[in-house]
This record gives sequence, C-alpha cells and structure tokens, in this order.
Amino acid sequence: MNRLSSFNVVSLTFGFAFLYLPMLILVIYSFNKSKLVTVWAGFSTKWYGELLSNEAFLDAAWVTLKVAVISSSIATVLGTMAAYTLVRGGRFFGRTLFSGMIYAPLVMPEVITGLSLLLLFIGIGMDRGVLTIVLAHTTFSMCFVSVVVSSRLATFERSLEEAALDLGASPFEAFRLVTLPIIAPAVVSGWLLAFTLSLDDLVIASFATGPAATTLPMKIWSSVRLGVSPEINALSSILIGLVASGVITVSLVSKRHSVLMQKEERIAERIENN
Amino acid sequence: MRRFLLISVPYLWLLTLFLIPFVIVFKIALSDAALAIPPYMPTMKDGLSAMFSQLDFENFIFLTEDDLYWKAYLSSLEIAFISTFLTLLLGYPIAYAMARAPHEWRATLMMLIILPFWTSFLIRVYAWVGILSTEGLLNRFLFWIGAISEPLMILNTSTAVYIGIVYTYIPFMILPIYAALERLDASLIEAAEDLGCSRVKAFWLITIPLSKGGIIAGCFLVFIPALGEFVIPSLLGGSGTLMIGKVLFEEFFSNRDWPVASAVAVILLIILIIPIILFQRNEQRQQEAEG
Repeated sequence: MNRLSSFNVVSLTFGFAFLYLPMLILVIYSFNKSKLVTVWAGFSTKWYGELLSNEAFLDAAWVTLKVAVISSSIATVLGTMAAYTLVRGGRFFGRTLFSGMIYAPLVMPEVITGLSLLLLFIGIGMDRGVLTIVLAHTTFSMCFVSVVVSSRLATFERSLEEAALDLGASPFEAFRLVTLPIIAPAVVSGWLLAFTLSLDDLVIASFATGPAATTLPMKIWSSVRLGVSPEINALSSILIGLVASGVITVSLVSKRHSVLMQKEERIAERIENN
Repeated sequence: MRRFLLISVPYLWLLTLFLIPFVIVFKIALSDAALAIPPYMPTMKDGLSAMFSQLDFENFIFLTEDDLYWKAYLSSLEIAFISTFLTLLLGYPIAYAMARAPHEWRATLMMLIILPFWTSFLIRVYAWVGILSTEGLLNRFLFWIGAISEPLMILNTSTAVYIGIVYTYIPFMILPIYAALERLDASLIEAAEDLGCSRVKAFWLITIPLSKGGIIAGCFLVFIPALGEFVIPSLLGGSGTLMIGKVLFEEFFSNRDWPVASAVAVILLIILIIPIILFQRNEQRQQEAEG
C-alpha cells in the first residue's frame, strides 16, 4: 500500500497548492515596489520600512502581545484546573453545568460570545479596554486549554499518582511531582493554542474593547475593509513567518523529545531484561 | 479545602463571564429599545414581579415581520450547507490520499494541514481579496491564458464567500476523515477486490461506510462555525450576501438596536442547538464503537 496512485498524488498536490498558494502570493507581493498590489513593479522592502515606522500599528501590536501573554497564562492555569476537576474531581454539585460551560464556548459563534460579554461589561459599568479584552480572551481560551489538557489526563495511568500518594506525598505534591511533568507537553500546547487564539481574535475583541485599546486584528480589519494595501501584505508576511517558524520549531523539539523518550524506554527495558 | 478552591475558581469564572452574560442577552432580547445609554429599558428595575409583566416578545415578533431577518437566516443556512458540501467534496480526496501516503510522510502531511490553523484567520481570508478582485491575480491569469475577455466578478459575490469558507475550514474536514481512514483495515478492501469487486465499487461499499463517522464529524465542524460567520461574508461577500453574523454585528454597532441584536443572537443560538446535539451524539457513538 506504500505506493501512491496518480489520483492521490494529484489530490495531494492540488490540496496543498490550494492551502498554501494564497499565502505564498501574499508574501511575494509584500515585496512589490508598486502601490498597486496586483501589478508587479520590481523587488522592494519599502513597505516593511513604512510598517515599522507606523506608530499606530506598533501600538496595536504591543496591546495585542500584552493581551495574548496575560490571557493565555491565566487561561492555562484555569483551564488546567478545570481539566483536573473534570477528569479527576469525581462528583460534585453542578458537574454537568460545569462541563457544559467548558464545551459550549468551543462551538459558540464569536458574535454571540462577544455581544454577551459586552452587555455584561456595560451592565456592571466596567470601563472597556485592555482589561476587558483580557477577561474575554481568558474565558474562551481556558475552555480550549481544558479540552487539550483533559484529553492527556484521561489517557495516563492513574496508578502513578496513587503510588505517590501511597508513598506519603500530599495530593498537591503528587500533582506537582508526578502529574504535572507528565501532562506538561499538553499544558504547553494549551498555552500556545490560547496564545494564538488571542493574537488572532477580531470579533470578540471588537465587542469587548472600548475606544482606549485597539488590537492588531482590529487595526488590520479597519484597513482591509478599504481594500488591499501593501503595508498589510508586509504585516501579514511577518505574522505568517513568525507562526511558521514557531510551529516548525515546536514540532522539531517535540519530535526530538519523543525520540529521547523512546531511547530511555529501550534502555529501561534492557535493564529489566538483564 | 484545596479541592473546593480547585473546583470553585474556574467554576465561578465561567459562571460570571459565560453564563451570566447569556442570561443578560436573553433578558435584553425581551426588553424594549430606548433612546438612552445603555439603549434599552432595564427590565429588572422595579423588582421581580414587575419584571415578568414587562417582558414581551415584541423584538421576536419584529424579527418575523421584517423579511430582512428571514432572508438572513435562510441565506446563512443555505451558504453553510453548500459550503459544507463543497468542503467535503474537496477535503475527502485529500484526506484519502493522506491516509494512503507512506507512513514516514504522514506526520509531515498532518503538520502541513494543521499549520494554516495557527496562521491568522483574518490574514487567510484577506489573502483572497487580492486574488479574486476584478483586477486581481485570478482574472489576470485567466485573461492571460485567453479563457476570458472580460474580467469576472467574483469578489463581493456569494462565490467568494464559498471559496473563503472552504479555504479556511477545510482542515476541520480533512482531520476527522483522515483519522477514520487511517484506522481502516486495508485488508478489507483487498478481500473485496479478491472476491471480484471493482475498485470503485469497493470504495463505495467499504471505504465510504467505514469513514462515515469522520465525514459526519467533519461536516458538523464546518457547518456550525460557518453558520455564524462574520469575517468572511463581510470581507469577501458584497452587500448582496446576507449572513446572520454580519446582520447581528451591524444591528449592534451601526443601528445600535441592542434588543433586536440580542433577539437575533437568541434565535441563532436556537438554530445552532440542533446541529450541536447531533454532533455530540455522533461523537458518543464513535467512542462507543471504539471502546
């Protein structure tokens, strides 16, 4: 079965061309000299220069980064707690409601989540700005973190925790010394997921913010509504480059990690056999 | 004590920032619009009994009377249905080819499917504006190879919205189908072929039924978010493309009619509950079949 038929080769080629060509075109045209985005007029990096001297974009980028770091960190803590309660917590009052509130935001249309949060913030008279965006982003991304972490928690041997408890560890020590190191990769990928969701979000941030804070996606949105602009192409290329190198690094590191783990397991097996 | 803290912190967080806001949306959907800030009549001002006597379905009745909303809901459903079907049509062969690819390629192919997920959604949609516009690259290319003599109007039509939805949501379709196809026992197809089944027939009789769970999951994963989509119809669809997410956004920010916007949201939620329940049933059945 290890030979691909020509039909499969064609569908893979077309599939990946469809997925990647639009982004590739965007990156290529960000180096276009002409202001007219679709006419090629020679190579130039001037749009990158203009972008980096554009205060408004830099401010928005800074706000976005701040929001993403803070909200994804809180979301990781809360999401891990929620996952732990769901998988290990046993029965407690309102468990069904709790798990419903974890899964509902994953399928909720962004416009509804955003609208409901805005009505809450106005209802309690809260000034809208960076803080309210952080609250909004934390709320939906903690649910994603919790799903990622609980799938890892569900698959690992509970006996390891029980062994630690039997050997005299307190429940918190057992969590810190046994559970946490094992679920760490899932916690890290949960954080990364929360971080990118926050970086990327336009709709919920537009509802949750006031005139005081503008995020990068909102800034991009207001300029792309007027059509294609070479500065946005340059900005998009930078973001695509960052994401691609980030994802590739993470996957290489985790691949090396799993290779090391396999090696250790083989050594352990050999010792056992001797 | 620690257990109590562990449960109560995320619980209270979600209660305050997820559940209560929904209650507020329901409440405002049932109250009257007012020319004030905030622009609605507070429903709970005069105590509980007065609150119930003040609640009314005026906004919902208004929604049924104005055919803008009917059209928006119907065309959202239509666009979500058609684009889910198109995504399936395009995604299935890709998932199939991935599952048939040599083992050492699969991790890389998976990563290439997931990678666009991590890239900004907004940027991926925006990339199509430059391709589909009348002076865009697609028109230039078609003109250059002599396929057209007049530029095609694609941007600002529903076609552009279909392309946008298929493009951004296709990984959601590919991944569950790939997962189902990868588990499929290849010897079943060999057996069918040995017994005289043609390749196409074996595909219809074995591969498709055995990947049904993945197909259903993929369709829901595309259909549910596509229904409430806001960015794609606003950026790629013109004023002629009505989608409910866009209507809600405009009702709220341009018309500042909060009660009507809330009523629109409530109805959208009610429409969404059906596919969400069906999706969960499908997932449960999958898990039972595995376990």
